[in-house]
Amino acid sequence: MILEARHLSVSIGTNRICRDLDIALGAGDRLAVLGRNGAGKSTLLATLAGLRPPDGGELRIDGQAYADLGLRAAARLRGWLGQDRGDAFASTVLETVLTGRHPHLSRWSWESPSDARIARAALADMNLAGMESRELRTLSGGERQRVAIAALLAQQTRLCLLDEPLAHLDLNHQIATLELLARRARTEGVACAMVLHDPNFALRFCDRALLLFGDGTHVAGPVAEVLNEESLSRLYGHPMRRVATTDFPGPLFVAR
Amino acid sequence: MPTRRRALLVLLSLIVASAASLALAVAVGAVAVDWSSALSRQVVFELRLPRALAAFACGGLLALAGALMQVLLRNPLADPYVLGVSGGASVGALLAILLGLAGLAVPGLAFAGALAAMLLVFGIAHGDGSWTQTRLLLTGVVVAAGCGAVVALILTLAPEQKLQGMLFWLMGDLSQANQGLDPLALLAVLFVALAATLPFARELNLLARSFDAAMALGVAVPFLRRMIYVVASLATAIAVTTAGAIGFVGLIVPHLVRLAIGMNMGNDQRLLLPASVLAGGSLLVLADTLAHTIAAPVQLPVGVLTALIGVPVFLYLLGRR
Repeated sequence: MILEARHLSVSIGTNRICRDLDIALGAGDRLAVLGRNGAGKSTLLATLAGLRPPDGGELRIDGQAYADLGLRAAARLRGWLGQDRGDAFASTVLETVLTGRHPHLSRWSWESPSDARIARAALADMNLAGMESRELRTLSGGERQRVAIAALLAQQTRLCLLDEPLAHLDLNHQIATLELLARRARTEGVACAMVLHDPNFALRFCDRALLLFGDGTHVAGPVAEVLNEESLSRLYGHPMRRVATTDFPGPLFVAR
Repeated sequence: MPTRRRALLVLLSLIVASAASLALAVAVGAVAVDWSSALSRQVVFELRLPRALAAFACGGLLALAGALMQVLLRNPLADPYVLGVSGGASVGALLAILLGLAGLAVPGLAFAGALAAMLLVFGIAHGDGSWTQTRLLLTGVVVAAGCGAVVALILTLAPEQKLQGMLFWLMGDLSQANQGLDPLALLAVLFVALAATLPFARELNLLARSFDAAMALGVAVPFLRRMIYVVASLATAIAVTTAGAIGFVGLIVPHLVRLAIGMNMGNDQRLLLPASVLAGGSLLVLADTLAHTIAAPVQLPVGVLTALIGVPVFLYLLGRR
């Protein structure tokens, strides 16, 4: 198991996000984390990434606790895409994607041509080829989101924790990004946990889902079992309906 | 694409510029350089060279501290004085002058004041462990404002014959440099400060972008932030103790260097930190040479010249963005 959480309890301030949460992600597994705004999806993901300690329970990355792994070794195993895009200082797209190579470089070495190749391939994967020397701050929000995902890809980790990877992306790039993650899961065995806001994407691109209800309770399991009218209506506090059409494989959920 | 080759080329040209600025500082003055004359040799080796080296070290320390503070606060407008270190030093130095203490007492009390301000800001900002950059910045600005009030009070109470010395100290002046540390010791401090931070330069690049993302990439963020706070504060304290609160070097030199390097690697700390040290050193050597020759025999405080050069350059840079 690349990610294993047992009896995990997470809270922020006085808000309980989850209690007794069990997650096990092996090679190629994709988990969708769903919930309303403020339900604690980002906090849970940051906890899974080892950026903040859980209140209780066990968390193992490739069989080891974060404390035993060390920051550098952890950074070679798991990548984390946050929501915050720091841009106080100017930098090029290529320099930004090369930050993903940091954990693979020793203290005094500089980025090699092979690091540059990996970064350029990641840019091409995110449909950003030819943008290498653009200044990051001249890019649109969606383009910057794709640069951040490219940096995560360049990190080449076996586990990716993505907090709202589809934020700011147009529909075309939303699908392309999810397809890319699914392809990496299939061909390279990269496991993912991602915060999504569309249950249909979860159904189509992930094999399991975690629903955070915001009151400390949760439901987790295979997408086909966990995602239904009742659970989604409760999750979003809005009636959801399951629709079956002949020109689309699988069911669709729509808000009434 | 950041490469070592490009970094070395930039640094090599700055080393040449530094050597040229030092040579100019030694050559220019009321007495012409004549190697056959003992007096002339004495002027060069006992007056001009030590002063030029002290100016170089102080300029380098201030520029390094400025570049580090900008990363620590993730704010391009940060400078070495923003967190109150120079305010504390000013209170110490002015107290020493007010009490009529001489010799080592002025730099000694200035250094003690700088350390006190540094520990006060760290203690309060770090208090509950949150140590966010907003909390740090607010604490520093408030402590600096408090020191400013004490400085104003001392200036009001001081007898007239001590006022000029106080004003020169406040504006920054290298003629007092011979009271403090030996120039070679200052250069050693500069070297140690750079050697302590340069190994972490790639980590600083990540820190300047986002603390959380840096941590996820394997950077020991809390340790690194404390370390650069301490190094930047001590570098500032030593520079200010030696030459007074010289303005604008710490703010504009890192920006000048970014502008000169260009977008590719302009914010790469592996190049920015050593380049700022060399550029800051040369700039202060040139400014000091101007300050004591432009209106000779009257000596202008070098802080006035760096500000007169620095303000328009900085406004120009701001306008371009």
